[in-house]
Amino acid sequence: MTWETVIGLEIHAQLATRSKIFSAASTDFGAAPNTQASAVDLGLPGVLPVVNREVVRMAVRFALATDASITRRSVFARKNYFYPDLPKGYQISQMAFPIVGEGHINITLPDGQQKGIGLTRAHLEEDAGKSVHDLFEGMTGIDLNRAGTPLLEIVSEPDMRSATEAVAYARYMHSLVRYIDICDGNMQEGSFRCDANVSVRPAGSDTLGTRTEIKNLNSFRFLERAIDFEVERQIDILEDGGKVIQETRLYDADRDETRSMRSKEEANDYRYFPDPDLPPLVIDEAFIDAVRETMPELPVARRTRFIDELDIPAADAQALCADRQIADYFEAVFEGRKFAPKLAANWVLGELFARLNKEDVDLADAPVSATLLGDLIARVDDGTLSGKLGKQVFDALWGGEQDVDAVIEARGLKQITDTGAIEAMIDEVIAANPSQLAEYRAGKEKLLSFFVGAVMKASKGKANPAQLNQMLRDKLKA
Amino acid sequence: MHDKTLAEQAALLASGDLSSSDLVEHYLQRIEQHNEALNAYLAIDADAARQAASAADEQRKTGNAGPLTGVPIAHKDIFCTSSMPTTCGSRMLQNFVSPYEAAVVQNMRTAGMVTLGKANMDEFAMGSSNENSFYGPVANPWQTDRVPGGSSGGSAAIVAARLASAATGTDTGGSIRQPAAFCGITGIKPTYGRVSRYGMIAFASSLDQGGPMAQTAEDCALLLQAMAGHDLRDSTCSPAAVPDFSAELNADLKGLRIGVPQEYFAEGLDDGVAARVNEALAVLEGEGAILKPISLPNQGLCIPAYYIIAPAEASSNLSRFDGVRFGHRCENPQDIDDLYTRSRGEGFGPEVKRRILIGAYALSAGYYDAYYKKAQQVRQLVSDDFSNAFAEVDVIAGPTTPTTAFARGAKSDDPVAMYLNDLFTVSANLSGLPALSAPCGFAEGLPVGLQLCAPANQESRLLNVAHRYQSVTDWHRQIPANFA
Amino acid sequence: MSLTPDDIEKIAHLARLGIDKDALEPLAADLSTMLDLVEQLQAVDTEGVEPMAHPANATLLLRDDVVTESDQREALQAPAPATQDGYFLVPRVIE
Repeated sequence: MTWETVIGLEIHAQLATRSKIFSAASTDFGAAPNTQASAVDLGLPGVLPVVNREVVRMAVRFALATDASITRRSVFARKNYFYPDLPKGYQISQMAFPIVGEGHINITLPDGQQKGIGLTRAHLEEDAGKSVHDLFEGMTGIDLNRAGTPLLEIVSEPDMRSATEAVAYARYMHSLVRYIDICDGNMQEGSFRCDANVSVRPAGSDTLGTRTEIKNLNSFRFLERAIDFEVERQIDILEDGGKVIQETRLYDADRDETRSMRSKEEANDYRYFPDPDLPPLVIDEAFIDAVRETMPELPVARRTRFIDELDIPAADAQALCADRQIADYFEAVFEGRKFAPKLAANWVLGELFARLNKEDVDLADAPVSATLLGDLIARVDDGTLSGKLGKQVFDALWGGEQDVDAVIEARGLKQITDTGAIEAMIDEVIAANPSQLAEYRAGKEKLLSFFVGAVMKASKGKANPAQLNQMLRDKLKA
Repeated sequence: MHDKTLAEQAALLASGDLSSSDLVEHYLQRIEQHNEALNAYLAIDADAARQAASAADEQRKTGNAGPLTGVPIAHKDIFCTSSMPTTCGSRMLQNFVSPYEAAVVQNMRTAGMVTLGKANMDEFAMGSSNENSFYGPVANPWQTDRVPGGSSGGSAAIVAARLASAATGTDTGGSIRQPAAFCGITGIKPTYGRVSRYGMIAFASSLDQGGPMAQTAEDCALLLQAMAGHDLRDSTCSPAAVPDFSAELNADLKGLRIGVPQEYFAEGLDDGVAARVNEALAVLEGEGAILKPISLPNQGLCIPAYYIIAPAEASSNLSRFDGVRFGHRCENPQDIDDLYTRSRGEGFGPEVKRRILIGAYALSAGYYDAYYKKAQQVRQLVSDDFSNAFAEVDVIAGPTTPTTAFARGAKSDDPVAMYLNDLFTVSANLSGLPALSAPCGFAEGLPVGLQLCAPANQESRLLNVAHRYQSVTDWHRQIPANFA
Repeated sequence: MSLTPDDIEKIAHLARLGIDKDALEPLAADLSTMLDLVEQLQAVDTEGVEPMAHPANATLLLRDDVVTESDQREALQAPAPATQDGYFLVPRVIE
């Protein structure tokens, strides 16, 4: 029998606010334990939650970016359970009326195909604190600095059919939340966390199989491997005539397997009800309009514009728009310049990217600014530099030089375009190589590159290659 | 001095005929003399009170004093204080000293009031007799074998026995008004959201409201003025403007339409209580008011709806008392579940446990719609009854409680009989409306309370009606013989 | 509607509330009486009635995204039963 995999993802994106969702304590990562936990975060008696406006704005940004409905009257609800890193004995979340309703996105799969993915909902909630098990003998330490950090939980429809699709979706979301500035996407610090709901069913069936939920997927690689493992596991069970148990499983990266979280197996009854400390959150048109005005151009629209208006090849446009910083940098390179944007794309995706990757540097920390790169490309475009010399100048800029023309001047890198000077060099080379000249003229035309190389060497690489080529052909013919 | 109302004391302080230090010293002596018989105060901070009094006297000399500067007050032990423990009447919070102060405590201090101490109460404000306090029951100053009502029973006994000029209370289902009625004092539950709940330990968040308890409506107007106002730390606190509550105290009642719900004068109402309330209504009629019979058809559903909603919210609100970050922790917990279960089992008393259990049950899977959602829908119906009634009348009047104060122990084995004490009071909490209880006479030597209820944000009207009533009666002047 | 001691044990576990074995029976009786009291709600026609979660028609006011709370660990941990090195301590929690 062939099996079809069905996957839905729940993504917890930590919203990049300064203060927490219900208190005015800082959300900074890495502070000493409990130094960023206020009375509200600790759930002390008598204190009350007050909602951070920025959290609401960010949720609305997300809705606008995913073609999703915005709930005009959403409701915070309490999810009741006991756990030591959950200070109040309940988590404030949203249940029946989430702030973001149904949405839709289109992702591009690795083979270039487009696929639509439905979004069920996205809701606001508070993060829990952290339990530390290895610091104290026989005791667990509780650090509530993270308690109350705002989260947007993004729930997809079960629209993915393979681990590859799930990863493509997760990467899209990871890129999107950073693009619209609502999450820093730092997976190591837990700012972007995925849970996967996985089930399998006989191919062609339209009823869903029993699903398991896999938690703790803190990298795209783990997401892919955990799903692959889980799909195999479920198929093995079904093919042996067994039944998949609906449960929560934990991915263990060291063993590359998922295993049942027995401690959480006990059926939980969360007793959700509207939080009586928080009246309904009402969002009006004016609020949404104000948020809309601050929205950046979204990746899909920007890619289309790059292709249609700037004549950028589709693959290049895709690469440039994967990250908002890159796209912004790219646009800054050619802004106000005479050269074609396409030239800028070649330099950004070629020389700049190669260098960033090689030296493992973030674009934000690159020593070559968009303006400097623009200056350099302008000198290539106006013929002052050959492409090859341009790369030498780029090296100098990467090394800290700040003036393109000064580098060209100081290193004497200006391209030789004077026909007289080039002709003289050609004559000299031809004169010095009579046997190669004879062979060429006898039909061994491959020797052209020998002559080009020799003249280029004589010019110390500065001869204009196009001119050199044309003139050399003429001379060799004669 | 203690036979004067708060407003009269304030006038004497303002004229310089009385100093705050003398007044505070007087009350401290009375507390020393009488508290043992009542068990009304759980904590007294005499040194801090004396210091605050002398600071108030100094302030008065500079001419910066307000009407309440130097007036002594007791706070219900549900309001967090950083200088005294806040127990909420529970073993769970024995010795708990809050790192912050409740908004109400801050507001009263900002107004210059002197805190004498903390008032006993039913554990976590759950109770109608003050028998549910871990720190022992409070006695009714009128007959000490009787209960003072609850949950603000300590506050009511303190005011009735003249052991402070006033006290704060909280009211979730009648917890200001019922003890005010039982102890012969005046208490007002303001409109929901009028007074900040910040630092007031939550029982049922959508019903809880703090308010003043004092001898007269005039006193309550002064106190509420200081207490009320928007607070950004409480998302349910109303941004509505706070009027001058004293401005219309003396307004004429001529033509005022008073609705008298027929459902309040039905079976279960004590004859003596009915007689006193009818006499009070006649007094108001004599002042020019027009009495109109009205109907609140869903009145009978208030208690059932309340006893789902309040415990449901409480079961969740009280989850934070888990022995991890503050409060009682059991000895030698074996594991985390043992820590939770024993700490909570030991820290909470029987009534609190009952309500946590019934609340958790009402919210649990499979029962939510039948209980919680249904109760919220009925809550809407109850609220609609009031909207309809207030289209016809300006104020609704009736008894605060079905009976006068009952004997200690009489109902402690029967939770449901105890709940019926709240028969006439819970509707104001369900609908969020302001309501007041004022003393209107005695039945067999025990005080009877007249309850008045008005549309949202119309506390001024309630205070006006009660003040006019108190201008022509002197029930509010009566002091229990043993505390004269 | 009547609750059994078994039911009470289950709810008590949900609420992490320690109940003595011999208290289960009387509690079951008390809670059953409470349920009888509220049972009359079932007879009310509430078709189409919006559940009322909050009194008045309040809507949420929002706070600016500003950090105003500084480190108050010492004061806020003062009431804690057990702390060490800034952590709250509980018996080892097995994951």
